[in-house]
Amino acid sequence: MTNLSPLSALIPGQTATVQALHVDSGFQFRLNALGFRIGKTIELVRVAPFNGPFHIKLGNTDVMLRQQDAEMIEVIM
Amino acid sequence: MKRIALIGMPNAGKSTLFNRMSGASAKVANWPGVTVDLLSAKLLLAGEMAELVDLPGIYDLHGFSDDEQVVRHFLCNNSIDLIILVANATQVDRQLTLALQVKSLGLPAVLLLNMSDEAKKLGITIDNEKLGDELGYPTALLSAKYGQGYGEAYQLIEKELRQSQATPAISLEKDFAVDQELEDKLDQLVRHSVDVPVQTSHTLTEKIDKITLHPWLGLPLFFATMYMMFEAVYTIGAPLQDSVAWLLEGFRDLALVPLLSALPPLLNSFLLEGVFDGVATVASFVPVIVLFFLFMAIIEDSGYLSRAAFLMDSLMTRLGLDGRSFVMLLMGFGCNVPALMGTRTMRSRGLRLLTMLVIPFSLCSARLQVFVFMTTALFSPEHAPIVLFSLYLMTFITVIITALIFKGKFNSQEPFALELPPYRFPTGRQMVLRGWHEVRHFLRRATKFITIGVVLVWILTHMPFGVEPASAASWSGWIGEFMSPVLSPAGINPELTVALIFGFVAKEIVIGALAVIYGLEGSSLMQGIAQQIDWVQAYSFMLFTLLYTPCLATIATLRSESKSDWYSLLAVVWPLSLAWAISTAFYQAARFLGY
Repeated sequence: MTNLSPLSALIPGQTATVQALHVDSGFQFRLNALGFRIGKTIELVRVAPFNGPFHIKLGNTDVMLRQQDAEMIEVIM
Repeated sequence: MKRIALIGMPNAGKSTLFNRMSGASAKVANWPGVTVDLLSAKLLLAGEMAELVDLPGIYDLHGFSDDEQVVRHFLCNNSIDLIILVANATQVDRQLTLALQVKSLGLPAVLLLNMSDEAKKLGITIDNEKLGDELGYPTALLSAKYGQGYGEAYQLIEKELRQSQATPAISLEKDFAVDQELEDKLDQLVRHSVDVPVQTSHTLTEKIDKITLHPWLGLPLFFATMYMMFEAVYTIGAPLQDSVAWLLEGFRDLALVPLLSALPPLLNSFLLEGVFDGVATVASFVPVIVLFFLFMAIIEDSGYLSRAAFLMDSLMTRLGLDGRSFVMLLMGFGCNVPALMGTRTMRSRGLRLLTMLVIPFSLCSARLQVFVFMTTALFSPEHAPIVLFSLYLMTFITVIITALIFKGKFNSQEPFALELPPYRFPTGRQMVLRGWHEVRHFLRRATKFITIGVVLVWILTHMPFGVEPASAASWSGWIGEFMSPVLSPAGINPELTVALIFGFVAKEIVIGALAVIYGLEGSSLMQGIAQQIDWVQAYSFMLFTLLYTPCLATIATLRSESKSDWYSLLAVVWPLSLAWAISTAFYQAARFLGY
């Protein structure tokens, strides 16, 4: 099953492939540098307490990203 | 003199390499075009003196954060003979971007792939020669932390430095945009010379994260860890402080007193009760400070702080702050100044200003000395650590009050992503270096502020000539009297008032000043103070010391980082008002309840 959805729709343990980054260029530089690039496989590891940020794994890099920012990243599950 | 700059992403181990290359000789210095101080060290390389500059860790040469601008401005205003690019070998697939950006500027560089030991453990193999050939930069693998490959890397740097010529300051007009060409090149490089196993993971880190980032155990565990750390600093530190104070007392009584007895009384008093008592009382806290920073270094280097950011982000967001602000508050427990500078990674000005407004409430190590001193003097050994911990809680309470009041003024909605590096433990060498660094930092402050501070306090307490020291007739007595309508509602007596005034310069001076004011030192000073004030007054005094106007260095940093006089004024007046209000409220309430 392949369908396009925002990263924020993932549930912990799920993996997906980055499809598009709908963010301003400043933030896009940062995401790129952290490894968020189109075609890259990512995994949602866990969600922080109090509905906090996501813990995302990209290869050997672990990143925290807020849910509202994760909405701007489009992935294929 | 040749100039070398270190460039790398955060968590690439750049500082570890810098420390290894420079030993303990690093100094802060100003640079053209850059408004902030950078660490640099002079060392002998390839038979010539060279200057090694540690630039802030950055993700991108064209990013928008202040740190990234610092690096850009440095490159645009200073000629450079060689750049040492430091990249984390375990994340080479993305960290090479920075190398490619430097390459596209045509700057001479060597590439050092750091943490090769970790990469090896993960099964990542890198053909550094092939990578270097393709990239056009000589490349070496090393572990800056443990030293493997360091010799080869050093030779490589020397060899390149011999051949390179100074590249004049560059212009960074070129807009990289999101460069497809660069990305293709990156993919190609990684495909040709890096072999990453399909399934790599820091299994140990994953296991630890399962506990430390547990949905509901994570936060209590974090605070328990912090409590244990402060408890340990107190339990180990207080007896150490005692023994150093005892040694200094012995030195005073056995050597200094007979030696200085021939001097005229006033000069004798100045040297003994002014300079020596003041400085010695502060110096007796060096072990506590070293201990504290050793623990801080372990927690900082371990990667646990970024987990704290992850756990706390949601709560901090409600205060108009974020997870990074929380980490900076914790860093402020060491010293507020670097914590203020740490906010440079924030791109939103509102968020940065709000974070900088709350950081000075962080109970820094200088204030810790005052509190260890006061709690030991006035509370039982069982109660003292709890009293100390309550002051740490006070930090958070005032942060919450301040943030809630001012969050409307400093609004921000900044998207951000933060790395969670794998857990690491600092080596013995790194911890010793850190401890030594703190001792040196203390000695520098001691020679500058603390000595001058205690000398001034001595003058105030002993002038005009012939008065009973620190009595109502002395200058300090006048000042205390003058301030008493304001501070007596908070239970702060004239003697403590004078100490507070000097604490404005540097908070360490507070106890040095008390030693001079009471004309006592070490354990007798503690007894002297315990006889004069009760625990309610002491706690009120500690609350005031914790919260009032930050020290001079902090204000200077607030001013230079915010570049706003109004903001700096707010950052002085607000804590002062809050300190007065909270101390007074506490003192009056405690007295009302009959304590």
